[in-house]
This record gives sequence, C-alpha cells and structure tokens, in this order.
Amino acid sequence: MTGALRRVPAIWLVLLIVTAVIIWRNPSFAEPLSLLTFLKRSAPLIVLTAGQLFVIVTGEFDLSAGALITACVVVAAKVSAGDPALTWPVIGLLALLGAGVGLVNGLVTTLLRVPSFITTLGMMLVLNGAVFLWTGGSPTGSLAPEFRQYGRETGYAVAVTAVVVAVAWLLLHRSRFGHLALATGGGTRAAALSGVPVARMRIIAFVISGLSAVVAAILLAGFAGLSKEAGAGYEFQAISAVVLGGAVLGGGRGTAGGAVAGALTLQCLFTLLNLLGLEKPLRDTVQGVLIILAAAFAAYRLRKEQ
Amino acid sequence: MNASPADLPLPRTSLRRRAEGTSLPVWLVFALVFVVAWVAAGTRGGDFGTADNLRNIALRSVALGLVAVGQTVVVLAGSLDLSVAYVVSLSAVACSVVMTGQTGLIVPGVLTALLLGVAVGLANGLVITRLKVNPFIATLGVSLVLRGLLNATFDNFAGAVPEEFQALGYDLVAGIPVSVVMLVAVVAVTWFLLHRTPFGHHLYAVGGDPESARMSGIRSGRVLVFAHVLCALCSAASGVFLASRLGAGAPWVGPDGGYDLESIAAVVLGGTALTGGRGRLLGTVAAVLILAVVDSVFNQFQADPFLRTLVRGLIIVGAVALYAYRGGRR
Repeated sequence: MTGALRRVPAIWLVLLIVTAVIIWRNPSFAEPLSLLTFLKRSAPLIVLTAGQLFVIVTGEFDLSAGALITACVVVAAKVSAGDPALTWPVIGLLALLGAGVGLVNGLVTTLLRVPSFITTLGMMLVLNGAVFLWTGGSPTGSLAPEFRQYGRETGYAVAVTAVVVAVAWLLLHRSRFGHLALATGGGTRAAALSGVPVARMRIIAFVISGLSAVVAAILLAGFAGLSKEAGAGYEFQAISAVVLGGAVLGGGRGTAGGAVAGALTLQCLFTLLNLLGLEKPLRDTVQGVLIILAAAFAAYRLRKEQ
Repeated sequence: MNASPADLPLPRTSLRRRAEGTSLPVWLVFALVFVVAWVAAGTRGGDFGTADNLRNIALRSVALGLVAVGQTVVVLAGSLDLSVAYVVSLSAVACSVVMTGQTGLIVPGVLTALLLGVAVGLANGLVITRLKVNPFIATLGVSLVLRGLLNATFDNFAGAVPEEFQALGYDLVAGIPVSVVMLVAVVAVTWFLLHRTPFGHHLYAVGGDPESARMSGIRSGRVLVFAHVLCALCSAASGVFLASRLGAGAPWVGPDGGYDLESIAAVVLGGTALTGGRGRLLGTVAAVLILAVVDSVFNQFQADPFLRTLVRGLIIVGAVALYAYRGGRR
C-alpha cells in the first residue's frame, strides 16, 4: 500500500488534500456545477502552464507569457472594437502575434545565445511598452460577446482546456518531438551530440508557449474582461505550477499531468484561501509558504527516490 | 576548448582573469551611451553635461545600484534573488515606522531595517540550501510572503523619518550626494569581499561548479547562505535610502521600482553569467549607470514612459546578445 502510494506523484496528493479541505469547509464545492465553474476559472492558468511546461523541459524560461496575455487582450479589444464579425479574424491575428513572439524569443535565445531569462524579460518590457504606446496608456475598444463566450461559457472553456491538455500530453509523452524536447533539457550537450536539433526544439517550445498564452488570453478575456493588468503575474503562477507538478527548472524532467495538477492545486489554493475568509494580502503570504513547502516536499521525494 | 600545453595558464593572475573576466567592455558600452546621450541632448538644446544633471544620474543609480550589487553576489554564486523588491519595501517601511520622525531613533531605525534584511536573506539561503528548493521558487515564495505581510499591515506611507535623516537622500559632500558616497562604499566593500578574501574565491568556485567546490572542501551551503544575506542586506540598505529620500516608507516602493527583475537585468547587462561563477561586480555598476543615463535622456526629451519601457527591453536584450556574440568567438 505504502509502496503504491509512494509511486503517485506528490502533487496529486497535495491536490487531493487541498480539495478535501475545501469540500470539508464548503460541501457544495463537490457539486458538478461548481466543479465545472472552478474548472472554467482555472482554464487560463492550466493552458498557460501547459505551454510553459514545454519551455521549462527544454531548459528555458518564458517570463513574457503574462505580458503576452495582456497584449493579446488589449490588441483584441482595440482591433475588433466590439465588432462580433471580427471575432475569428482577431483570433487569427492573435495566433500570429503569439507565434511571432514565441519565434522571436526562441531565435534570440538560441541564435543570439541570450539567456532566456533575459530574452523573455526583455520581451515582457517590449510588449508592455509597445502595447500601451499604441493605445495611449490605457486599454481602448471593447470585446464582443462572441469573442468572450469561449472563456465565459463553462462548456466552451472546459472543452478548450481539455483539448489543450490532451494535445500537450500527446506532444510531450507520445511524440518524437516530446522525447527530443525532454532530451534537450536533460543533457543538452549529449542531446546535441546524438543529433537532436536542440535549437529547433527550444524555438518550437517558445512558439508553443506563445500560442498557449494566446489561448489563455482568450479564455481570460471571457470571464475577466478587458484590463490593463489582465495577465500580470500569470507567468510566475505558471512557472510555480510547472514546478509544483514535478518539473525541474533547468530542464529534462516534467510531465503534462503533473503540470495540470500543479495548476489545479494553485487554483484550489486560491479558492481555499478565499473560502477561509483570509484578508486578500495574506493570501499571498500563505501562497508563498505553500509553494516553498510543496517544492521542498518534491525535492525531498526526489532525493529519497535516488 | 582543446588544451594544448601552450594554452595552460601558468601565472595566477591569468587564471583568475579567465574565471572572473573583465568589466572593460561594459564600461566601453557605458562610455558610448554616455557620449551619444551627451551629443543627442546637446543637439536638442538639452543640458546633459551639467553638474546638476550628472548628479541626478548618479542619484538615480543609487537605489537600483545597491540592489544590483547584492544581486551580483548571489548570481555569481549560481543563485538568484526575486525577493529583493519586497526587502526594499520592508526595510523602507521598518525604517520610517521605527523612527516616527524622532531624531533619537535614527540608529535603531536603520538597525531594524538592516536586521530584517539579514533575516530575510537567512530565510532565502536556508530554504535553498537546507530544503533544496530551487532559488527561483524559494525567493519567489519569500517575496509573496513579504508582499502579503506588508500589504496586510500597511496600506499607505507609514511612519516618518526625521528631517536630519533626509540628509542621506538630499545632502551633498564636496558636491557629491551622500547617498552616492554610500553606494561607492558598499561597492568597495563588496569588491574587497569578492576579490580579496577567501569568501570571494569560494563564492566563484561554488557558482562555477557546486559539486567540485564541495569536493575541494568548500562548505557550499554556508557560502550560499552568506551570499543571500549579503544580497538582502544590500537591498535593505536601498530601502533605507528610499525612506530617507521619500520621507517615509510604503509597501509599494520596492515593486514599483521593479528592482527584482531590473537588478537581474543589470547584473547580466554587466557581463555576469546567470549560470554563476563568472562576472565582475564593476560590470554591474557600469550597467546600472547605463540604465540611468538612458533614463535621464528620456526624461530630458520628456518621452513617453511606455517608449522608455520598450527601449529598455531592447537595450537589455541587445547588449546581452552582443556579449554572447563576443564570448562565442573567443
């Protein structure tokens, strides 16, 4: 029994405990409807985490994801100006933007050999500067209900998230690409010497992360609407979620299931802290303590394994 | 990379130089930026070269400079510190709350602020070394803890510093701001620690390869904890300076300055490798000055703040790409 328990990734146990505490405090959380609503609210973080996971397993960081979310929301509002007919053209435009940002991140990191921490930090500054330079300091325009329905309506949001998670799982664990991506982060030199196109793996990972930010932005715009700080801080949440899910910063280790569990745990934690009626600022404190504890626990398990 | 006998560096100095590098390229970039700024401001009828403006540039560098010096120490050790912004806030608030405008409480105020800094540094260091948590997550977590505590306790400027204490932020000694003298002193002490003491050598060794450092008898954990204490102490000093400059501390003075990510950017812009073990403190100083000069030019032209953010991003990435290019050819 204990042997089987030990083989369960730590994060699922943490998620189970947090969920149990929530249900204990608020039994109605376990009802299907409120669970679905919870999933809807978690959707942007889950999607963003799935994208960030690829960048992290190849040994890099993407700090620009949050700024990209904000940029997407602001661009969508300004370009479409609330016109429902423009919904799909705008989504196409955002996809191009996200892929472009990912491509630039990837090329600068691999070809110019700038550490990705700096590349994506620079990208974050450039995106924040450019978008608000363009709109004159505050978001303008509006989002049509047709655009917002994907994040606002639970059915759409959950379906989109399920598809994204399934694709991420297939890509990382059931495809050649995922195999090579993990090899890239696990031992870059060994991978390169055995013929893995290391730079290409990283560039693709950044593009995936960029596209995941676009999807996250569409979902977030759905229920949170247009805001100047739509995506602020999301990159750190996504990185925390990936690490909670057992991935190692530096690359080579990480699973899609773990990352999703990490994102859900983080979101559960927010729900729980809300439920306990903690002052809003103190939620940050508890979140900080729990992230450290969870990471310490994961590190402890890893050491025992070896 | 192939070591032929001719390559083997025999003299001690060349070995050290190879490991620690030189900050000269960064100072050359600084000189270039400085001249360009001067010429640009001159043609537009601005006054760049005046003593007043140069003083302003130096003053602008103090807050980020202090944090970046500390950040350099942890990055050299192969770690990083994302909690510095909230350490700045914590120390600024502690300083003004303890002083409550009374001259007699200046010393206790400063001591409290610095001690809190030491405590946070210890916490960061111990979480990383004892609990084996990745520095990124550890210091991110600690910064969330501090943010929560600060925002739950204070929602505005709290306390006040006495007028005498504002001297630190405003007075001049022989035409040089007191705070700039303080920055120079902190840089000098840190430089001495890094390059003239066993701790410094151990720090470079731990940052270069923790495992071989440990095998050669260096207590890696202790070195790393001390590096984090130094970093938090420098950030606390920055908070003390900001409290004296602003007249009081507020929970947002650190994060609003963006000191966490900007200090890391400055360290890397200064030529220090994020992977640890390679880099120079004086490079960081030059990088902070470069950012201050750029800021000053933008102020002179009253350019859009968003344009400034954008250009800052391009400069940081561009400069680091330039170093990587030069490094790759060596």
